[in-house]
Amino acid sequence: MSVLDSKIPEGHISQKWTDYKNHLKLVAPNNRPKIDVIVVGTGLAGASAAASLGEMGYNVKAFCFQDSPRRAHSIAAQGGINAAKNYQNDGDSIFRLFYDTIKGGDYRAREANVHRLAEVSGNIIDQCVAQGVPFAREYGGLLDNRSFGGTQVQRTFYAAGQTGQQLLLGAYSAISRQIGLGRVKMYNRHEMLDIVKVDGKARGIIARNLITGAIERHSGHAVIIATGGYGNVYFLSTNAMGSNVTAAWKIHKQGAYFANPCYVQIHPTCIPVHGTNQSKLTLMSESLRNSGRIWVPKKKEDAEAIRAGKMKPTQIAEEDRDYYLERRYPAFGNLVPRDVASRAAKERCDAGFGIEANDTNEGVYLDFSSEIKSKGKQAAYAQGIHNATEEQIIALGKKWVEEKYGNLFQMYEKITDENPYELPMKIYPAVHYTMGGVWVDYNLQSTIPGCFVAGEANFSDHGANRLGASALMQGLADGYFVLPYTVSDYLANEIRTGQIPTNTPEFDEAEKRVKDTINQFLNNNGSRSVDHFHKKLGLIMWNKVGMGRNEQGLKEAIAEIDQLRAEFYKDVYVPGSADELNPELEKALRVADFMELGQLMAMDALQRKESCGGHFREEYQDAEGETLRDDENFKFVGAWEYKGSDINQSQLHKEELNYEFIKIAARNYK
Amino acid sequence: MASKYININLKIWRQKNANSKGEMKTYKLDQVSTDSSFLEMLDQLNEQLINNREEPVAFDHDCREGICGMCSLYINGRAHGPDNAITTCQLHMRKFKDGDTIYVEPWRAKAFPVIKDLVVDRSAFDRIQQAGGFVSVNTSGRTMDANAIPIAKIDADKAFEAAICIGCGACVASCKNASAMLFVSAKVSQLALLPQGKVEAKERVMNMVRQMDEEGFGNCTNTGACSVECPKEISLDNIARMNREYMKAMVTAE
Ligand SMILES: Cc1cc2nc3c(=O)[nH]c(=O)nc-3n(C[C@H](O)[C@H](O)[C@H](O)COP(=O)(O)OP(=O)(O)OC[C@H]3O[C@@H](n4cnc5c(N)ncnc54)[C@H](O)[C@@H]3O)c2cc1C
Ligand code: SF4
Ligand code: FES
Repeated sequence: MSVLDSKIPEGHISQKWTDYKNHLKLVAPNNRPKIDVIVVGTGLAGASAAASLGEMGYNVKAFCFQDSPRRAHSIAAQGGINAAKNYQNDGDSIFRLFYDTIKGGDYRAREANVHRLAEVSGNIIDQCVAQGVPFAREYGGLLDNRSFGGTQVQRTFYAAGQTGQQLLLGAYSAISRQIGLGRVKMYNRHEMLDIVKVDGKARGIIARNLITGAIERHSGHAVIIATGGYGNVYFLSTNAMGSNVTAAWKIHKQGAYFANPCYVQIHPTCIPVHGTNQSKLTLMSESLRNSGRIWVPKKKEDAEAIRAGKMKPTQIAEEDRDYYLERRYPAFGNLVPRDVASRAAKERCDAGFGIEANDTNEGVYLDFSSEIKSKGKQAAYAQGIHNATEEQIIALGKKWVEEKYGNLFQMYEKITDENPYELPMKIYPAVHYTMGGVWVDYNLQSTIPGCFVAGEANFSDHGANRLGASALMQGLADGYFVLPYTVSDYLANEIRTGQIPTNTPEFDEAEKRVKDTINQFLNNNGSRSVDHFHKKLGLIMWNKVGMGRNEQGLKEAIAEIDQLRAEFYKDVYVPGSADELNPELEKALRVADFMELGQLMAMDALQRKESCGGHFREEYQDAEGETLRDDENFKFVGAWEYKGSDINQSQLHKEELNYEFIKIAARNYK
Repeated sequence: MASKYININLKIWRQKNANSKGEMKTYKLDQVSTDSSFLEMLDQLNEQLINNREEPVAFDHDCREGICGMCSLYINGRAHGPDNAITTCQLHMRKFKDGDTIYVEPWRAKAFPVIKDLVVDRSAFDRIQQAGGFVSVNTSGRTMDANAIPIAKIDADKAFEAAICIGCGACVASCKNASAMLFVSAKVSQLALLPQGKVEAKERVMNMVRQMDEEGFGNCTNTGACSVECPKEISLDNIARMNREYMKAMVTAE
């Protein structure tokens, strides 16, 4: 048997969670104040967990590196959150959400976890509405829904293009209430730099106060890591600048296995790269694919003329446009899952049909003109204008689009200086989300007892590809509805432990590790900035561990990163001192962990000799260029154990995936 | 996007820490792409400073797409710089000309002390939220069905328009009295407009206003600079609504 025990309960899939929950141990209310819980990260997953545990009566200490929990990267989520409410009466159900998520993940996620997620999804919406989250509504006063990729129902709840913001502010209000009541103590501008284990259990963390530079010890009976994803290993991504892997990587180094690191989501609709000083990429929400049609010119000479600035997209006749998603996937059209849409864009651009005049000619159109016309017509009818002129229709259609997507259109215009109401948007895939993460069991507990991992930081629910609007759902499900039960079950054995002292050798040792690393960087006296190395790492990752991967490229990547890492330690220059606000030092500590992670990602991609979801190995595709899974040999979660600073020594463990309730099949969106 | 390159002069507020005195320092920066964002321009400056073994400029930022509210610069005398309805991170260098001199300062307000260079402490905003910016409902999920109470679209839309405040503090920085009324009124309005928030509307507005005063924000004299500079164009109507809510609460206070 594998060393990995996923602790999936027995029973029928629809009863597992209910039965299991009923038998979990509890901590009596009078005992909870004797127990300290550390929550690192206060995005959707962390803020919801901290608020819930605070409400229950535990002593919660929560940490984030921004100046307020309200600024976590979750705030940037645009399009929406899924829930199996079936308010639109279009055949949705818990089973269908469960099924879509497993299929969307290309049969590489655990059935039991995903079903639980679908089960609690409805409650999330109830909870958020009760908190005052202003979701979009219809004229009758009920909640509105939209569609997202990989589904044929409308189950996505949204608040214009600011769904993540509104959900996070809801969770922020819940955690703020607990802070005000003294049940959660919040440490803003603090970065966790290591975990402390005592007798094998997670017992605390070492954090750096980012303003004073003080290295602090914090103890607790359990530690929850909710620190988000690691997309910034690519330097350019849609993630916020500060998003990092450090907390997750530090627990990995202390014994938590890291699962499926190679599963990265490249999002099809982002604004294309424009220059070398670019610091990040901006997403244009997937919800736009509800209304926009994706195309490139059919003729290469048209694409060339556009790139040369000699032609405008609006001059290309309808029959000279290749709506390649509609052509290749008529059933799902523009709403195929992200990995499929991204590869299709790359395929067209690699073939020479890209329309953006950047170094790589990488860009395709996302065109709203059809939608503007059709919605304009509908609006004219609704207003009783039966013989509306073309201009009237277009004006009404633009108004409709503005109401739905106004902030996204504005964002696009600010960045590109082009008006997307008049010209189609230019888009291209960019790194967006990481399905891989710390391995956790059904309780969301890592292989370190007492260390739980939630939200994007864990690997649990999305298999090899995440469907749109499911990350917000997962973060809140973990924090509001899973951890409060499973963490309590763990803590039931801790009521007699008493407060954990921080003046022990274990804390001394962890603090020493942190201080040594900081001093090493500050005394290094190299010649290059941190960004210099981070950008180099990003290029290796994007070119060789990106949308298309192959054996040779991956082997090269592993060797190149090894070398880059050595150079980094030799030649990086980190100005300033340890005892002050020092953003360069913060970056150096993060990039050090990205280097190690990047190498592991390439190794994971190399061992997975199949294509699945976001992991596309060029050697494994069918005649039409679709992913070719190998269920016989790769139907497992690849969980890596750290074996010292030579990442090549990391050891792979396999958790076999069993599909009892869903028939495993080739993904078909045609 | 045809890029152009410009050369600029920067005058930037440098301050070692909260206790030291700060000053404006001058820097020259060449070859700035007009497609760069303002913060990418500062990255470029920092790269130059690091290569010259000088200390880079500290500034707050994270999402770089106008939503987290972390960035906070006073550029040429305007919060978030010379464009409307955007944050500093959404400002692009195409708004500037070759040879321009650009002044960059931190938010200035008693309630937002400088931490270092362009970084200020806005935790006062968090404390105002902690005083009452929430609906007192536990996260059990055992609430009523989300569609149990229909909410008129117009109210939901108005609540949303107030709820999009990003907590950046530009309203405070632009106000000659350093008042936080726009920020506070946005949260008060959002929740007062929704049935779920109405129940404790009275306590909420009293508690949030009390905390706001304790934090040392100034009074509102209705000059409206806040709303003009607000990147999310939060409307002054919210201040009027909050005043009404406050009066109502005062009148009915036991
Ligand atoms: C642009 C964009 C749009 C998106 N749109 C959608 C969408 O429409 N629907 C959807 O479902 N998903 C969407 N996603 C994905 C989704 O937003 C994220 O996966 C999700 O919000 C992650 O939440 P989280 O709580 O796990 O982590 P985050 O929100 O990233 O929070 C991480 C937290 O950890 C803290 N932290 C990190 N490291 C440390 C450390 N070392 N010490 C202390 N604190 C630390 C941070 O301060 C922060 O509080 C989008 C993502 C992006 C990038
Ligand atoms: S009201 Fe506007 S300016 Fe003030 S904090 Fe909110 S978004 Fe910023
Ligand atoms: S960096 Fe997030 S709003 Fe500017």
